[in-house]
Amino acid sequence: MSRELINLIVQATGESLFMVSVAALVATVLGLPLGIFLATSRKGELFAAPPANGILGVIVNAARSTPFIILVVAIIPFTRLIAGTSIGSGAAIVPLTIAATPFIARLVEAAIREVDAGLIETASSFGASPLQIVFKVLIPEALPGLVLALTLAVVSLLGYSAMVGAVGGGGLGDLGIRYGYQRFMPEMMLAVVVVLIALVQTVQTAGDYLARRVNRRLRNR
Amino acid sequence: MNVHQSLTTAQPVAPLPSISLASGASDAMIRFEGVSKVYPAYRDKPSVHALQAIDFAIARGSITGVIGRSGAGKSSLVRLINGLEKPSSGRVVVDGREISALAGRELRLAQRSIGMIFQHFNLLSSRTAADNIALPLEIAGWSRADIAVRVEELLALVGIADKYDRYPSELSGGQKQRIGIARALATRPNVLLSDEATSALDPQTTRAILDLLANINRELGVTIVLITHEMSVVRQLAKEVAVIDGGHVVERGHVADIFTHPRHAVTQAFLSEVIGDSVPVSLASRISLQPVAGGKAVLRVQVRGTEAGDTVVARLSRELSHDVALLSARIDEIGGQHVGSLILGIPGGEAAAGQALAYLSQHDILVERLGYVA
Repeated sequence: MSRELINLIVQATGESLFMVSVAALVATVLGLPLGIFLATSRKGELFAAPPANGILGVIVNAARSTPFIILVVAIIPFTRLIAGTSIGSGAAIVPLTIAATPFIARLVEAAIREVDAGLIETASSFGASPLQIVFKVLIPEALPGLVLALTLAVVSLLGYSAMVGAVGGGGLGDLGIRYGYQRFMPEMMLAVVVVLIALVQTVQTAGDYLARRVNRRLRNR
Repeated sequence: MNVHQSLTTAQPVAPLPSISLASGASDAMIRFEGVSKVYPAYRDKPSVHALQAIDFAIARGSITGVIGRSGAGKSSLVRLINGLEKPSSGRVVVDGREISALAGRELRLAQRSIGMIFQHFNLLSSRTAADNIALPLEIAGWSRADIAVRVEELLALVGIADKYDRYPSELSGGQKQRIGIARALATRPNVLLSDEATSALDPQTTRAILDLLANINRELGVTIVLITHEMSVVRQLAKEVAVIDGGHVVERGHVADIFTHPRHAVTQAFLSEVIGDSVPVSLASRISLQPVAGGKAVLRVQVRGTEAGDTVVARLSRELSHDVALLSARIDEIGGQHVGSLILGIPGGEAAAGQALAYLSQHDILVERLGYVA
C-alpha cells in the first residue's frame, strides 16, 4: 500500500476519532442528566413529574427509532444553524450528537434504575436532598453501569460515523466506501475495517477495565 | 386432632387499658395522635389501610419493641416516625416537633436527629466502611476534619476500627450492620429506628448486635424503636412493647406484663414461639380424650411469673399425696419473669384430677385438661 493511501487512512482515522469523541462528550453532557431524570421522575420517585417523564420518553423513543442516515439528512437545516455548514467532519458532529444523546439517556436510565431503592430511602432517612441523593448515591453506585453504557455509546458512534460520509463528513467509513467500494480497492476496504475493529476493541477493553476498577461489589478484583 | 385446638384457645380479648407507655406527655420522645395511614388504590390494587387510629407514646430513653406479623403495618409505623411517609390523618410528634407537618428543608433537618438501621444494611457498595459512616455527615455539611474525627469515634464505638478501609463486599453481615449503626448514630440523633435490623443475621450475630444496641441506649441515652417479627429480639432487648396487628396496636405495655399475661391472640402466638405451646408429638399421640384405667390425667399448667412456676409440681404432689409426673416442660425468661408451660400427669383417677384443677385455679394458676394417658 502506497504512502499516500496510508496517509489517507491516518487522516480518516483522525477525523473519525474527532467526530466520535466530540459527539460522545456532548451527548454525555446532555444524555446523563436526561437519563437520570427519566430514571427518577415517574410517580412516587425522587423528582416525580410523570407528565414530563412521559413527554421526554416519547421524544427519546422517536429520536431512537429514526434511522441514522435519515436523521443526518433530515436535520441538515438545523446542522447548518449550529455548525454554520452542513458539510465536513465538524458539521457531522451535530447529527451524531443528536443520535447518541437519547441512546445514552436510555442506557443511563437503565443503569440508574439498577441502584437499590433501599439506598435512596436510606439517604432520605438521614435528610439528604434529592440532588445530594443523585450525586452521593445514584451516580457513584451506578458508576460501573454508567461506564459500560458510555463504552457502548462510543462503539455505536464509531458505527454511525461511517454513515456521515453521505454528507461529506469524512472519516473511516467514508474512506472505505469511496476508495474500497467505488474505486475497487479491496485492500483499502480491508484496511479500514481492520482499523475500525482495532478501535472498537480498544474502546471496549478500556471500558471493561474501567468498569471493573470502579465496581466495589466484586470481592476479588 | 383436637388436642391442638384446645391448646390454642385464647382468653377473651380485654379492652386496652388507657395507660400510655410514657407516663406523661412531657417525657414522651415519640407520640402518635390518632394516626392512620391509607395507601390509595393504584391500578388493579385496592386501597390499603396500613394503620388505623394509632394512639401511643414512646418514652424518652426507652427501648420499645414494635412486634407484628409481616403486613401488620410495622414498616409504615416506623417510616412515619422519621417522616419518610406522611400519615393520612393524625399527628406524629418526635421530640416535641410535629414531624408529620414538616416538609422540604425543615423535614431534612429534623431527620438528622433520627437515625435508622435496616434489615439489609443498605450500605453504599462504592464506599468504604469509613466513607459510608461519613455520608450523613457530608450531607449535613460537616467539614472534612470534623468528619474524620467523628468517624474514628464511631468506628471505635461499634467495634470495627480495623475495618475502616474495607468495602461492604469484604465484610460479614454483622460487620455491615455495625457500620449501619455507626452511620445511623453519626449526626448524634436522639432516636434510633431499627427496621428488622437483625432479621438477616444468624442468632449469634443477632445477640452481639442487640448487645451493642443495649449499650448505645445505656451510654448515649438514645431512644430505640425496634421493629421486628421476632419475639427473641423483643425479649432480649426491649423493656416496652407494642403488639401490632391489622393496622392496630392491639396490646402495649411492659414486656414482662404483656408476655406474662397476653390478651390478644397475636401476642399469644408470638409467646408460643418462645415457650412452645405445642405438646411434644410423642406425647400428643398417646393422649386420649377418654379416661384410661390406672392412667394419669394430663394437665397443662401455664407458668406466668416467678413465684407460680418454681414450686408448682412439689406443692401439687404434697396437696394430692400422689407423685405428680412432669411429662413436658418449657420455661423461659421474659423481662425477668418466668414464662412457659408444664404438662403434668396426675395419677389417682378422676377425683385427684378434679382436686388438682381446683387447687390450681384457687391459686390463680392457668390450667387446662388435655386428656389422659396410660
